[in-house]
Amino acid sequence: MEETLEKPVGNKKPKMTFESKGRTVYYQMQDRIFKYFALAATSLGLIVLVLLLYSVFENGFGRLDWDFITSLPSKRASKAGIYTAWTGTLWIMFLTTIIAFPIGVSAGIYLEEYSSRNRMANLIEINIANLAGVPSIIYGLLGLEVFARFLNLGASVLTGSLTLALLILPIIIVSTREAIKTVPYTLREASFALGASKWQTIWNQVLPASVPGIITGVILAISRAIGETAPLIVIGALTYVPFAPTSPMDEFTVMPIQIFNWVSRPQKAFAENAAAAIIVLLSITFVMNAIAVYLRHRSQKKVKW
Amino acid sequence: MRKGEKIIEAFLFGCSALTLLTTAGIILVLSFETIGFFKDVSLIEFLTDTEWTPLFSNKRFGIMPLLAGTFLVTAISLVVAVPLGLVIAIYLSEYAPGWFREIVKPVLEILAAIPTVVYGFFALVYVTPWLQALFPDQVGGFNALSPGIVMGIMILPLISSLSEDALYAVPKSLKEASFAMGATKLQTVRQVLIPAAFSGISVSIVLALSRAIGETMIVAIAAGQQPRLTANPLVPIETATTYIVQVTMGDVPYDSLEYKTIFAVGMTLFIITLVLNNISFWLKKRYTQAYR
Repeated sequence: MEETLEKPVGNKKPKMTFESKGRTVYYQMQDRIFKYFALAATSLGLIVLVLLLYSVFENGFGRLDWDFITSLPSKRASKAGIYTAWTGTLWIMFLTTIIAFPIGVSAGIYLEEYSSRNRMANLIEINIANLAGVPSIIYGLLGLEVFARFLNLGASVLTGSLTLALLILPIIIVSTREAIKTVPYTLREASFALGASKWQTIWNQVLPASVPGIITGVILAISRAIGETAPLIVIGALTYVPFAPTSPMDEFTVMPIQIFNWVSRPQKAFAENAAAAIIVLLSITFVMNAIAVYLRHRSQKKVKW
Repeated sequence: MRKGEKIIEAFLFGCSALTLLTTAGIILVLSFETIGFFKDVSLIEFLTDTEWTPLFSNKRFGIMPLLAGTFLVTAISLVVAVPLGLVIAIYLSEYAPGWFREIVKPVLEILAAIPTVVYGFFALVYVTPWLQALFPDQVGGFNALSPGIVMGIMILPLISSLSEDALYAVPKSLKEASFAMGATKLQTVRQVLIPAAFSGISVSIVLALSRAIGETMIVAIAAGQQPRLTANPLVPIETATTYIVQVTMGDVPYDSLEYKTIFAVGMTLFIITLVLNNISFWLKKRYTQAYR
């Protein structure tokens, strides 16, 4: 600090000179100005969010009706709908969940309950942190080479789901571990004392106690997956699909790709379609996030170990 | 019984080892195709040539224009997000009343949950026309500025939330000592809290930087597809991620040189983000050691 306040000597109070008093007032002014500036900055963040939502609704709300949801894509903007897109998104959601959920939770259990602090566990931990930071488009390149080409699955729903499953695995593993960590050790000891084996303890005690946390993490991960566009474009998902997929091996499109396709066209009518599709996509995302937040909130309230 | 337990443990281990396989897969796939690419193009040309035209008849393979585009957009996003994010973090952790913080924090985090294609729409349909109205005749329909600003909003919650955690982790005693000396909140923030939380704040910035570099859809929609070595934020450019999208949306045959270019570009992206992520881990480790 630059102020040179006089040092107190003995019991004598420091002399408050006119100058230092003026300076104090100056610093307090500065503090107050910063406070309002910071409040304005925080509000700016919120205002942008409102603007973003407003811009989408303003453009898209008029376009949103039952026909829009049940129509196939079309070259005529006014006739085009999102039927193939949302069925594709549902397929991807379903398959990605049944692939990533068991694997992610199992991996989380292993890392939290079984692996001692050895080198292997350390390596896996660093590796998961790194995977969480890999750009999603790189997962697309992995999916393109390994699933679409090497395993010959093509640009199918299955390829897309496998790719997105790998992408969200780190999120599920980390949240599973966090959820398991909150279960107190005494619970395990009580179970062991009654003669339960390790797995019986995990299955009957630890997992039931950590279900809300795990489900919260999985929902957030899935909501991330349905918003992903780039990896699915890279594996070859189509922008125009005339039929809804009926099996995991069918070609597909998803909501974000449909939106991307419409946004990329110059006509205003297509921008309106994109906005209407965004309203649907955002509704799904927000509902999932709200459920996750609610579950987390409830589990924090209910159980106090 | 015993055997069953062993089988379960082996299965669980297999699931966690799958993450190692994923990393190995990424590295193998990228390396395999990248090596194929460098059989036809020299590393020196890749790193030093100033033009990127693999899809034209006169093929040039300099990664610099793509990286320049990527870094230009990233820099703009950081210019928006770092000051704003820091001020928000300071406000929420030091000034705001509890109820305000409880409401604003989750609302800001909604920004992080919005799919990036929505941000792309916002950049192209709203922000670009605003910029064009602001600087008539200077702003292209595609440019780096608009997606840069919008990307800044996307990474804002990352910076504000992680920086707030870092400020919060500074021991209360340090803060109280500063107040006892007669310092105002702002003086305490500037001279005690920020220096003490510095590595935590840098972690948030490095992570945001890494996220911005790998971001695809905002730039694919609003920045254009013209690889160009420029620092001008008003003209169309192309980022590394957009190039990969551009090629995979077209009809490029497998095993052609054009096909291999996306892996060489992907490898470059992977290395850059890997280095940045590990810098952030290192910083994080350092700051958790400092105050425990």
